[in-house]
Amino acid sequence: MKAPLAPAPRDADPARDVLRRAHALLEDHGLANAAAWKRDHPGRLAVGYMPVYAPRPLFEALGCLPVAVFGGGDRDVIRGDSYFQSYICHIPRSTLELGVSGALQGIDAMVFPAICDVIRNLSGMWQMLFPDVYAAYLDVPQNFRPEVGGAFYRAELERIASDLVARGALALDPERLRAAIVTENARRRALLALGDVRREEPWRCPASEAYAITRAGGALLAADHLALLGEYLAAIALRRGSPKDNVRVVLTGAFCEQPPFGLIKSLELAGCDIVDDDLQLGLTYIEGDIDAEAADPLGALVTAFLERGAATASRYIGDAHKGDALLARVRRARADGVVFAAASFCDPALLDEPMLEAAMDEAGVPYTSFKYAENTGQFHVIREQAGAFSDAVRLWESAP
Amino acid sequence: MSELVRVGKSPAAQRAAEAENKDRSQVRQKRMISDHFDKLARAKEDGRKVVYTFVPGNLTELIGAFGMLPVLPEINALQSGMRGRSGAYIAEAERGGHSEDVCSYVKCDLGMLRSGNLGPTGTPLPKPDLLLLSYTGCFTFMKWFEILKAEYDCPVVMLHVPYQATGQVTREMRDYVVRQLEHDVIPAMERVAGKKLDLDELVAQLTRSARAEDAIVDVWESAKARPSPIDAYFGGVYYVGPIFSSFRGSEDAIAYYEELREEVRGRAARGEGPMTPDGPMGEQKWRLVVEGPPNWTSFNDFWRMFAKEGAVVVASTYTRVGGLYDYGFRHDPRDPLGTLADYCLGCYTNHSLPARADLLEKYVREYQADGFVINSVKSCNSFSAGQLLLMRELEKRTGVPGGFIESDLVDPRYFGKANIENRLQSYLQMLEARREGRAPERTALPVALPVLAPGAT
Repeated sequence: MKAPLAPAPRDADPARDVLRRAHALLEDHGLANAAAWKRDHPGRLAVGYMPVYAPRPLFEALGCLPVAVFGGGDRDVIRGDSYFQSYICHIPRSTLELGVSGALQGIDAMVFPAICDVIRNLSGMWQMLFPDVYAAYLDVPQNFRPEVGGAFYRAELERIASDLVARGALALDPERLRAAIVTENARRRALLALGDVRREEPWRCPASEAYAITRAGGALLAADHLALLGEYLAAIALRRGSPKDNVRVVLTGAFCEQPPFGLIKSLELAGCDIVDDDLQLGLTYIEGDIDAEAADPLGALVTAFLERGAATASRYIGDAHKGDALLARVRRARADGVVFAAASFCDPALLDEPMLEAAMDEAGVPYTSFKYAENTGQFHVIREQAGAFSDAVRLWESAP
Repeated sequence: MSELVRVGKSPAAQRAAEAENKDRSQVRQKRMISDHFDKLARAKEDGRKVVYTFVPGNLTELIGAFGMLPVLPEINALQSGMRGRSGAYIAEAERGGHSEDVCSYVKCDLGMLRSGNLGPTGTPLPKPDLLLLSYTGCFTFMKWFEILKAEYDCPVVMLHVPYQATGQVTREMRDYVVRQLEHDVIPAMERVAGKKLDLDELVAQLTRSARAEDAIVDVWESAKARPSPIDAYFGGVYYVGPIFSSFRGSEDAIAYYEELREEVRGRAARGEGPMTPDGPMGEQKWRLVVEGPPNWTSFNDFWRMFAKEGAVVVASTYTRVGGLYDYGFRHDPRDPLGTLADYCLGCYTNHSLPARADLLEKYVREYQADGFVINSVKSCNSFSAGQLLLMRELEKRTGVPGGFIESDLVDPRYFGKANIENRLQSYLQMLEARREGRAPERTALPVALPVLAPGAT
């Protein structure tokens, strides 16, 4: 017989329970949740997808559970390493490790959105290594005209939908898609509300917690994530505290391979309030609501991607000025500086970085840069670097 | 695309060897290249517009139809590598904040730009009037031109070529490319050129391309003979120079490829092998297929490692990054924009990994190769990510063992001569043991985990 759980102490953090659940989801990449969902929904598909953006409402409308597969984190990589040269980033190794170790057995399909050549080629590796699992490369358009890139993107979504239907997903029904869009919009607004708290009262919502609560949604239906977000927001509203003497920073460059949780904590311990980041960019990639009233909800999903996709390294900027979007984020967040954190060997982030740094130089925004891998285990160097940066920013601010 | 391969000897010995060893086609190619750079040097005074673009999926015929002159930054980078300048250029870019982790072509090009943008003839390259971002088979291309956009005050136009992830070109993929040509690329070129596209001229260019393409296929297929009259990798990068770069669609390209074909036919009839940096190749002990780009900073050393062991390359995938002509594609003047789309979609690096495995398997079988070697370059994830799986898959399918070498495109820090030579020799010794029955048949080499460190030797 199990001993009853001890009641929470009177002064316990009101967000403790919801954070515990979020961390539990993070620790196994949401795979236990996906397995439970599949048990409750026999015949339905769990659709894994890689960073950055995937059309989750479409998967939900097909009766599928979208599962963000953002690498294996700091899990031991044994066989995955033997598939990649030393100069390839870490996320494909750990993802392949999840695959070859059987951890992704419950994932019925994998979608690889276009982000870089490594993830692109990983889609082909998946086809070769796991011939029984549907592996789709989702080629997102870099031309944003509706009649050009829009038509292509729509065809891509229809192709993948049709392939999933052939494997047991529900037929693509406009009303189910509309309902999924409504829920996705609500989830996105909740994430924005979370962002507001981080900006206005960072002591109430540290970035490490926001990250856990956000990433936990990777393996949840939007409605379930919305509930989790609501619970967390309600809980942190009860917190008592006061602002800390930290510098406010925007963290950018970590949109694909995720840094270890300890790295985010280290930045906080070094005196940085991370008031905005791109760690889970995919969930807020569409800037604004998707039109849930549109006669053609699939068209609305396409239009949202074309017209309101977030600026990130894997998206062509056309005539826009590189760095403007980051600068807007810095200003909206009233940040004192920028932390460029890119995964080692991440071509998109590392090729973008000098351009973004130049834009920050031009605007007089201080920044610091470092690289990491998802399994980085030592943080003291980064902590010292971030600490020196936050000290320098404070000194800069107090200079006459 | 070795347009300016130099033999690694003293200058006098080099000139003597060149005079002795050069085929007429090589002399012609050299003259074509020299003329092209002369035109580029005079472009501004002659009022000709200059388009910077990339090799895979390039739109040379369209550029030619507008009378514009192409500049290909990858070619500039590899030429800098061969001239021993890339190390300094890369260092210059890294001083400017570019990571050691990223593509050395990009950094070499940027370093060259910041060092005066001198072309191979020693004169500054003209600034672009248009950056034509043909986004085919390489993500880095997009970032590269975003970086160049900040350096030049000129328009950029993007042609996004979808990836052949399923091994097929769908109607939607083709339509997408054609619509971009109609809606974005051609209008942008018309604005820069100040004139409408001359469709008749484009058709004429495409017609000429197909003739040159016929000829290069004959050259590739000559390697099925024993001995092979060509080296389809080290020599092959000379052969693809004109057709991958500025000359497709020109009369010069036809003349070059028809001349080359005759020379190759002559060598085949006489039972002769190809030229190497040290003269005609002797006994061909090993017929190899090679996957991946070559190293450019030590190109001739790399070639010699193969040639001195009697290893001739009978087919390679790098020489298909600008088109898989040997599997049937030809530019079709009857459908000008559709054929440009098909061309862009069909480049080797735009093929999925399973399709690349299929192609390599065909090459191993059709060219009766004794083995295959993968040269994995640090700079190019488009090629490199997945190559270790490719090797295992090919070994499984063909029973032929593979060799794995690591280097880089133009970063000299990543060419470890002794290490590479050791690996190649060990690999060939293993092939020899198999041939002599000292090693079990159809047994793959254990995959050695790659080790790559800057300055490794």
